Amino acid sequence: MIPLLSVDVAVIGAGPAGLAAATAARQAGAERVAVFERLGEPGGILPQCIHNGFGLHVFQEELTGPEYAERFVVQAREAGVEFWLNSMVLSLSAERRLSVMSPQGLVHVEAARVVLAMGCRERTGPNILLGGARPAGVFTAGTAQRLVNVEGYLPGREVVIVGSGDIGLIMARRLTLEGARVKAVVELLPYPGGLARNVRQCLEDFGIPLRLAHATLSVEGRRRVSGVVIAPLDETGRPVLSRAEQIPCDTVLLSVGLIPENELSRQAGLELDPRTGGAAVDERGETSIPGIFACGNVLQVHDLVDYVTAEASAVGRWAGSSQASGSRELALVPGGNARYVVPQRLSAGLVPPFTISTRVQRPAGASVVRLGGVVIARRAVVRPAEMIRVDVKPGDWTKVLAEVGSEGCLRLEVEEERP
Amino acid sequence: MSYPDVVVIGGGVVGAATARAFSRYQVDVVLLEKEPDLPWGTTRANSGIVHSGHYDRPGTAKARLCVRGNRLLRRLAAELNVPYRQNGSLTVAFTPEEAAKLSEWYARGRANGVPRLRLISGRTAARLEPNLAKEVLRALHAPTAGVVSPYELALALVENAVTNGVELRLESPVEGLRPAGKRLEVATPGESYFARLVVNAAGLGAEGVARMVGDETVALRPRRGEEYLLDKVYGSLVTRTIFPTAAGYSKGILVIPTAEGNLMLGPTDVPDSGFEDLFTTAEGYAAIAAATRRLVPSLPGPEAVIASFAGLRATSATGDFVIGPSPTCPQLIHAAGIDSPGLTAAPAIAEEILFHAQAAGLKLQKKREWRRGRPAPVRFRELDDKARAALAAADPAYRHVVCRCELVTEAEIVEAVRQGARTLDGVKLRTRAGMGRCQGGFCTTKVMAILARELDLPYTALTKRGLGSEIVVEDLARRGGEGR
Repeated sequence: MIPLLSVDVAVIGAGPAGLAAATAARQAGAERVAVFERLGEPGGILPQCIHNGFGLHVFQEELTGPEYAERFVVQAREAGVEFWLNSMVLSLSAERRLSVMSPQGLVHVEAARVVLAMGCRERTGPNILLGGARPAGVFTAGTAQRLVNVEGYLPGREVVIVGSGDIGLIMARRLTLEGARVKAVVELLPYPGGLARNVRQCLEDFGIPLRLAHATLSVEGRRRVSGVVIAPLDETGRPVLSRAEQIPCDTVLLSVGLIPENELSRQAGLELDPRTGGAAVDERGETSIPGIFACGNVLQVHDLVDYVTAEASAVGRWAGSSQASGSRELALVPGGNARYVVPQRLSAGLVPPFTISTRVQRPAGASVVRLGGVVIARRAVVRPAEMIRVDVKPGDWTKVLAEVGSEGCLRLEVEEERP
Repeated sequence: MSYPDVVVIGGGVVGAATARAFSRYQVDVVLLEKEPDLPWGTTRANSGIVHSGHYDRPGTAKARLCVRGNRLLRRLAAELNVPYRQNGSLTVAFTPEEAAKLSEWYARGRANGVPRLRLISGRTAARLEPNLAKEVLRALHAPTAGVVSPYELALALVENAVTNGVELRLESPVEGLRPAGKRLEVATPGESYFARLVVNAAGLGAEGVARMVGDETVALRPRRGEEYLLDKVYGSLVTRTIFPTAAGYSKGILVIPTAEGNLMLGPTDVPDSGFEDLFTTAEGYAAIAAATRRLVPSLPGPEAVIASFAGLRATSATGDFVIGPSPTCPQLIHAAGIDSPGLTAAPAIAEEILFHAQAAGLKLQKKREWRRGRPAPVRFRELDDKARAALAAADPAYRHVVCRCELVTEAEIVEAVRQGARTLDGVKLRTRAGMGRCQGGFCTTKVMAILARELDLPYTALTKRGLGSEIVVEDLARRGGEGR
């Protein structure tokens, strides 16, 4: 007999999103809120992020990852959230039934509401068609971070970092501090993938070269990495092979993007947005399957954990309340420089404020954010690495509805202002 | 020094099948592998296709052994509990010229004895495979084609051979062969073996082994091939292995549903490659993407690729397998020049080697007790909730899912170590931990912890695939100095 557990809200994942959502759900009145976490401790990726810079928005102070996580773990425990650690959700159905492998064995869970907060995984070498051999010494930046900060081992001494995502930038500094030599950060695009502050604090302050608009052609080495070959790109985006250079190294870190981990979402059969790789949700974070919500990096890859917390708290509040689902009659699609938009559905009768997030496709100067033709925000500069989050005000929302009516398709545009 | 009856050189699928075939008889057999684990050569980087046998010209060793091997392999996979699926294959023609070629292959297949082969219209092909290109004119349907996990097959053969008394020697590269009376001395760094018979199943090393006895009849011309594995999400786009009507030496670039439920795209075919050219290239992927999308237009783009690798075919200069005694040394029997359909043919090659062994005077008397089968290993990911619950209730190690992408538990990894896995790759090939969409991003450190514990090794001694492929270089906790 497989034991059956009934809960009001099942939260999958105890990273920053799951912790905030669970706490908010309890505070909104849900009786039994259980968080299922496959690792042995809560916090998700935060325990290995021992650098500071977390909490500037939420707490107005600079915390390390473990400190930031600890505050939310304490909050969640005080709010009466039930923790299931070392507990992996093996399956999720549209009827909100979960199979969970826990330290007590396999259990079935039936949940009135489910919050998806599984986070994301790192893109790998094969994902970017990284050519060459397959020796030891190639790590995703996050795996290397875990090796150094949690396990306590140095992965290598001469390092090239492929891609300039934030974890790669952070690891460039971290490995330098541990005595390794980071020879270059190689980025395919003409601008960095990570935050400007990380480029400054992690590369420039340590004299680590950032090679923008360079392709990584191949990884070399038979048993262990012996080098990488890179080449600059021409105007058409093709590598100039005559200017290829070999950088000797024993280690390659990959920081080439993150992918929301939506395998359970696919099992449940909910609608995914190919632009974000996450669920298509409404203003409450509810997916196409009533009663299943999503927040954090499983919904869209965030730049700052503070924004994950804010988003997950809002979604957790809805999941913990007993309100009926939204009507979702408006579709929201990106336009102009906007690469994606979350939420993807809106209910005409929603009560603002509510939050819209987007990212741009390419860097630009002063830009406006328009919703259904109505300007809802301005930014002095926009970068692909940085999320744009806008709280839509009641006045603006009234204007939007007057403009488009209460049915159909709304466009969220980011456009550079002409000087 | 030891005096076995038979030494088999090479722990790839041919050497493994040969050792296992000998294990049925009352002979002492030693299986030598140069790497610290197996199979790490051509067998590992293999498409896993069990060919039906219509491609090769009647009268060749390839034609003869492929059709027989196809039948034997089906039974072998069942006996040894190796993932195998008889999914059939479709070779498709887009032009009248290609359709004419298919008719030729149909006749060839009939001559080779391929059962149930049939030529079908484009419409019938579309009914079998709805995602096939609409422009397909005709197709050759081979229902007896299948797919098998090539490394699990080799591992299972070796495991079963060892169960039946074969002695497996890893990290034992052959350094020399010397006639010693009626026997042949096989020198390895650790030991010398004086064998009545030696089987040369050394894959890419077979030419070098032959040269040790002055035999120049084995000439290899390696051909490199790249393959790209897609996320299981796309595993059901096609059911059958889809072949183009290829004009060159190889069977072309294919869409292969693997025995484990992925799609694999490839391989390319680069003649006259170096013996160590194991790399993938941007051009290789571009060629594969273009060729496979012509077959199945709805295939996803590069974002769906979760693994890529290159393999080397041990192609013989003659274009056919080289099987039989060496002309310069009758105690050495070659199983060389084994490229496609070598995996399919392996059990039939083993039979033929035994025949040659008897012809050379080795007496083969059946053992009274011989274990034909291998118990099915537990594959947690394939079980339903009831079976998973039962395992977890009996053993807490099943409650710890280590590899989240392929659902591999700690219990399975511990068992893999018991079966001989000493490295990350050894665990991966035996359990699939690290073979899924995150490519070990999440489970590498967990598998390292289990390996370190089970083998009682420091992390710094753990490797990806043997000495020289260490994963970490320094234990930070052992650093001296201030603040530590």
